[in-house]
Amino acid sequence: MTDWSMKSIQFYRTMRLIRRFEEEVRRLVNANEIAGVAHEYIGEEAVATGVCAALTDADILTSTHRGHGHLLARGADVNAMMAELFGRTTGLNRGRGGSMHIADFSLGVYGANGIVAAGAPIAVGAAWALQARGRPGVAVTFFGDGGINQGVLAEAMNMAAIWNLPVVFVCENNGFAVTARITEMSKVPIAERASSFGFPVISVDGMDPRDVFEAASQIVSDARGGSGPHFLECRTYRYVGHHTAEATMNLTYRTDEEIATMRERDPLVVWPALMIKEGFMSDRQKEEIDAEVDASLARAVEFARNSAEPLAESAFDYAYASSDFPGFPAPGWRHAL
Amino acid sequence: MTSVRYLEALRQGLHDEMERDPRVFVIGEDVRQGIRGITRGLFADFGPERVIDTPISEAGFTGFATGAALAGMRPVVEFQVPSLMFLAFEQIVNQAQKFSLMTGGQARVPVTYILAGSGARRGLAGQHSDHPYSLLIHAGVKTVIPATAEDAYGLLLSAIRDDDPVALFSPAAVQSSRGELSDDRPVVPLGTARVHRRGEDVTVVAVGHLVPVVLRSAEKLEKEDISVEVFDPRSLLPFDHAALVRSVAHTGRVLVCDDSYRTAGFGAEVAAFVAEECFESLRAPVRRVTRADVPVPFSVLLEDQVVPTQEVVVTAIRDLVRTDKLQS
Repeated sequence: MTDWSMKSIQFYRTMRLIRRFEEEVRRLVNANEIAGVAHEYIGEEAVATGVCAALTDADILTSTHRGHGHLLARGADVNAMMAELFGRTTGLNRGRGGSMHIADFSLGVYGANGIVAAGAPIAVGAAWALQARGRPGVAVTFFGDGGINQGVLAEAMNMAAIWNLPVVFVCENNGFAVTARITEMSKVPIAERASSFGFPVISVDGMDPRDVFEAASQIVSDARGGSGPHFLECRTYRYVGHHTAEATMNLTYRTDEEIATMRERDPLVVWPALMIKEGFMSDRQKEEIDAEVDASLARAVEFARNSAEPLAESAFDYAYASSDFPGFPAPGWRHAL
Repeated sequence: MTSVRYLEALRQGLHDEMERDPRVFVIGEDVRQGIRGITRGLFADFGPERVIDTPISEAGFTGFATGAALAGMRPVVEFQVPSLMFLAFEQIVNQAQKFSLMTGGQARVPVTYILAGSGARRGLAGQHSDHPYSLLIHAGVKTVIPATAEDAYGLLLSAIRDDDPVALFSPAAVQSSRGELSDDRPVVPLGTARVHRRGEDVTVVAVGHLVPVVLRSAEKLEKEDISVEVFDPRSLLPFDHAALVRSVAHTGRVLVCDDSYRTAGFGAEVAAFVAEECFESLRAPVRRVTRADVPVPFSVLLEDQVVPTQEVVVTAIRDLVRTDKLQS
């Protein structure tokens, strides 16, 4: 098999896994098996897939509130991810984080984050620490078009620039900050705004995993070689709401026609069709991947359902790395002396 | 024993810890020049890799420290004035502080925040006179506020060595005070109070720079036959509850002297704790001397109406003890 054939299949498998994982999560949230809400990555799969395929084990990343795709693309254990969303002790975060804080430090994933662009300065500091400790890693920080308007992102970009750190700022521009269009919330296009910090900015089609991967590979390799930070805008789109609960809200910020138009560019349709047409993947391979992904998700849901709930008395566990003090942390109703 | 100034003890503590542990570095605004005093001279000793001047980006460099800590370093972040903490509040209480629990113990964030020159400094007005430790402890951030040079040294070491974020307030009013630093340079564990003076009639819980104020007040009141126990928590969170219970069991009266805002402040927490857990020991209601719930006005005359002064402390102790002592 050629390199591209392997890559095209790998990209399809990752994107398919993300898509189907998110569809399962939607179903399970609506069935009240998963508590709270989840921000689905549906439509944006090519971004995480392309960027993470360019990374090595030495690299770290900070994610967003829409973080499942980044973890899956990084190779996180599907069972442990699903168990986390179920709030079980076998989850990646032992049931303490859920969708919005899901993390896997063993893969260098410093976590999804409930605050827009809050991971950016954290990634910059991690990149500095890797360098200070003589490690070869690059830090990738994901954020959306909404994140471009957070002050802390500008602070982080400037610090990465003045200290020439190996940081890749990946803007997943899906067009909307919850319900507000980026074109309403920024007078200047994102790539133009990013261009004033003194490092290279590239904008790619975020619906095409090959475009994303090729740009990311070049950038990550340059950053690893000491060229300092880079900014990668991936133009993408989310096909579903800001989160799982949006379907019940009757929001009117975009039309069904707009979504239908963007659906024509769905990477889960366009990419496999192109790869089959160009002979990099066969129909049968696609069917096998689809079946494997579905089976792995069925196993993950079963694993999560059968995993233990945390013990009630463990509610304060992990609040502190060191909590060996009497009555600390304080319980909610009475001091234990 | 060596006689050192408080600020020098902090500087010495930071220096010793940087020498001992190569993962420790200091980051903040103007730390190369050391304009707050704590980092003076460190740049010459440790160089630009470990003494890092930042842009004016408080949220940014606070998050940077979190990331560096997650990747294996032990950052010490200096805020030039405590009010700058407000700009970084999200990164402290919502990121660094919560990482351990949210990740189910995957992550540790061993960061130390030094809030230099905290509290009112005569004439620095509304935005440079804050003492916001109550906000941090409310959000679960381990917080210490040494009152003496020896505690400044020992608590800074504990803060840096702790695997969680720890904030250290260095009150402006005691930074130039002198104290004795014993030659073995002891570490002061978090969560341990210090009783500076034993007394019979009242336990005065004194925070930070109010410790010397209360000690002076105690000397004055001794002449009036009022015996004051001066209780310095040093570590506001974790708090040495057991030591306070012992003290209150002995004296039966409690006054909290706390230079933070009154409403929902540290003093309120201590008063609530004593009411809940020491009720049988109490001979009088718990009282508080706190900062008023207003920003510090510029006029020095008005500042004295807002922050706790020795005059107010003396009156409060006298009122609390006399009310029932004279009756009995």
